[in-house]
Amino acid sequence: MAAGTVSETAVEVVDLATTPLRELNQRLHDLAGGKDGPTRWRVLNPRGAHAVACGLDAEIDVEIDGHVGYYCAGMNQLANVRVHGNASTGLAENMMSGTVVIEGSVSQSAGASAHGGLLVVHGDAAARCGISMKGVDIVVRGSVGHLSGFMAQSGCLVVCGDAGEALGDSLYEARLYVRGDVAGLGADCAEKELGAEHVAQVRGLLERAGFDDVAPSSFRRYGSARELYNFKIDNAY
Amino acid sequence: MCGIVGLFAKSPAIEERLGEHLAAMLAQMSARGPDSAGVAVYRDPVASGSKLTLYSRDPLHDWDALCGQLAGAFGGATVPSVRASHAVVLVEADAGEAEAWVRRNFPHLRVMSAGSVIEIYKEVGRPEVFSEQFSLADFQGTHALGHTRMATESRVTTEGSHPFSTGLDLCLVHNGSLSNHNRLRRALQREGIEFHTENDTEVAAGYLAWKLREGASLEQALEDGIDDLDGFYTFAVGTADGFAVLRDPIACKPAVLAETDDWVAMASEYHAIAVLPGADDARVREPEPGIVYVWEKTPV
Repeated sequence: MAAGTVSETAVEVVDLATTPLRELNQRLHDLAGGKDGPTRWRVLNPRGAHAVACGLDAEIDVEIDGHVGYYCAGMNQLANVRVHGNASTGLAENMMSGTVVIEGSVSQSAGASAHGGLLVVHGDAAARCGISMKGVDIVVRGSVGHLSGFMAQSGCLVVCGDAGEALGDSLYEARLYVRGDVAGLGADCAEKELGAEHVAQVRGLLERAGFDDVAPSSFRRYGSARELYNFKIDNAY
Repeated sequence: MCGIVGLFAKSPAIEERLGEHLAAMLAQMSARGPDSAGVAVYRDPVASGSKLTLYSRDPLHDWDALCGQLAGAFGGATVPSVRASHAVVLVEADAGEAEAWVRRNFPHLRVMSAGSVIEIYKEVGRPEVFSEQFSLADFQGTHALGHTRMATESRVTTEGSHPFSTGLDLCLVHNGSLSNHNRLRRALQREGIEFHTENDTEVAAGYLAWKLREGASLEQALEDGIDDLDGFYTFAVGTADGFAVLRDPIACKPAVLAETDDWVAMASEYHAIAVLPGADDARVREPEPGIVYVWEKTPV
């Protein structure tokens, strides 16, 4: 079973056409710290609402039927969130752990500043995907927009399609894997050798994302050339 | 901030309820722009002569008297509708001539739009109040653009609200801010383009009017704008036949496009589109930055 999938049994259903968003989020927040309550949730009619399932901190599964607005699953910890639709800006920003899966496409800054967990996008991700990522792993089935991986510090960004302009600009130690074309590399981003350990890493991430029709060896690896000012020892404090 | 919405009807059912859908979309963008609101509605094309939308600060303005003088000057004029501070005036004259005549003889009035099909209404205040004031739900039409403003570059006034007219049957709405508008305004003034506010978006509107005057197509004018307009923007431009959308190449400002068999819609955020019938099954995508998108009615 792919990451984030839940079965249909014993699901707590919340319809946002009739339930205020704050009530849903409060009920989900009340589960933090392992408190008793439903562990499987289904959210109906999100209709582009912002901050759906934001700030979760419990080992629960949340499925959302429809498109969501800004900051869906932001700051996520432990939870598995799956969106049957598209997501707007700031999806899973600052995620700490858990899994977020988008079956459609996602707008800008997906996984921004995220420290951990896994973010899977079945469609495309727009500009600035994985900007300032700090340990999250991101797997995108389609393409990513410009400035993806900007100042990315740690974690992996796996792109099965193409990457836009200025990929990995001012990159730190994150690893970027792209299978398709790269429109251009950002400052201090360089292509690096794809070794056996990297192929194994990509294979593991594709398996976790549930993408079994993509060859792990077909990617190119990009990382920091470590030539910018802050990488020079004489400039260190 | 600021919110933009656009709706293009592909079926008679949507045309009949265009204003109602537009008002619903505008209300969803209230949080992005609570300062003022405005719409450009494309409806009731005139068979001959031209159509102006005029704005008066005086709520008791005598539109019939204006009409009489226009009729005296051009041989025929009517005022088919007055909505709040705005009136639609039909004149048996070329739109450019009628507009110039009003500016000359009634300098205290503002010409919000001129052409044969466009009507522009805009006013300060929350979008929901605006929709009520101007009975937006009554409007039928082929397509419309709307804007909710959160002011940054100039004062909150009716004149500083969007849409801005960019020429006959053309208008512009803008989410973002331009940083080179003062210098560009001076350059355009030397080319004979008139400005009535200190607003940055009016400069973008004037820029497009100038480009079109010089013979550029709308698509070409917008593409040239990518080089000449410095700042953040999502623009939507209304034309007699449809509308165009352009985001700045850095993609600072959002936009979503959606399409069904009955309509094409654009909005700053998806939840303004979610209120349309059949939105759940619409084909939704984000316009690429720096690419001009155009929808137009297929000529019959």
